[in-house]
Amino acid sequence: MNETAFYLFAAIAIGASLLVIAQRNPIYSVLLLIASFGALSGLYVLLDAPFVAVIQIIVYAGAIMVLFLFVVMLLNAPHEDTEYDERVHPLLRPGPMRFGAALALGLAAELGWALVRGAETGPFADAKVDSVRAIGRSLFTDYAFPFEVTSILILVAMVGAVVLARREEHR
Amino acid sequence: MVALNQYLVLSAILFSIGAAGVFLRRNLITILLSIEIMLNAVNLTFVAFGRALGSADGQIIVFFVMTVAAAEAAVGLAIVIGLFRHRESLNPDSFTSLRW
Repeated sequence: MNETAFYLFAAIAIGASLLVIAQRNPIYSVLLLIASFGALSGLYVLLDAPFVAVIQIIVYAGAIMVLFLFVVMLLNAPHEDTEYDERVHPLLRPGPMRFGAALALGLAAELGWALVRGAETGPFADAKVDSVRAIGRSLFTDYAFPFEVTSILILVAMVGAVVLARREEHR
Repeated sequence: MVALNQYLVLSAILFSIGAAGVFLRRNLITILLSIEIMLNAVNLTFVAFGRALGSADGQIIVFFVMTVAAAEAAVGLAIVIGLFRHRESLNPDSFTSLRW
């Protein structure tokens, strides 16, 4: 049962992610990425991490992706804009693009090699942490300082976004 | 039985897809989406290792990664909007003012 669910969610995540980078239209890319995040959320449930699964849906799919969707619709430039990009498949382009494809394949090969060489891991142990209470206690004691720093990070990001996206008056 | 290795392999595949997207696509929005794919692949690794070690630390780090991802998305998209206003284009090859 768990195994079937794992392979189902893994297939959805990989398929949706591949389609994200294969789409010409960014709106479809954003929607497919939301599907991929839903599958990842299912995987988190299988890993006994319901808290992460829920914030994956609420924060990622609900907030960050909606922000992306807003920007895509605001800019109203759905397609890659040169004729060349429409005509030629990315893998067949000369120069830097082919070099990028080679780099990505190299990364995949290296990761696969590292995983194949690693020791075989058995099934998961019984000791699982699946209560929000345990996570919250750890977050507000051991990780209290990083948690406070996070609030400064968000403040900086908010100010930065406002300053960058502001329309300049003097022109 | 699904073991840690399967999760790591899945995470590696997703990370490679994200990296390929950054290298291959010529659209700033899609490049930012590919970065999100990579961040999520790493999140999956953190949760899988946390589950294997029976510790809550993996899930807490995922919480911090999501915060950084939200900040990155907000600032990145603001930059994209600013660039699009200047050049009417989302192609990173058209932003060459800083090229030596």
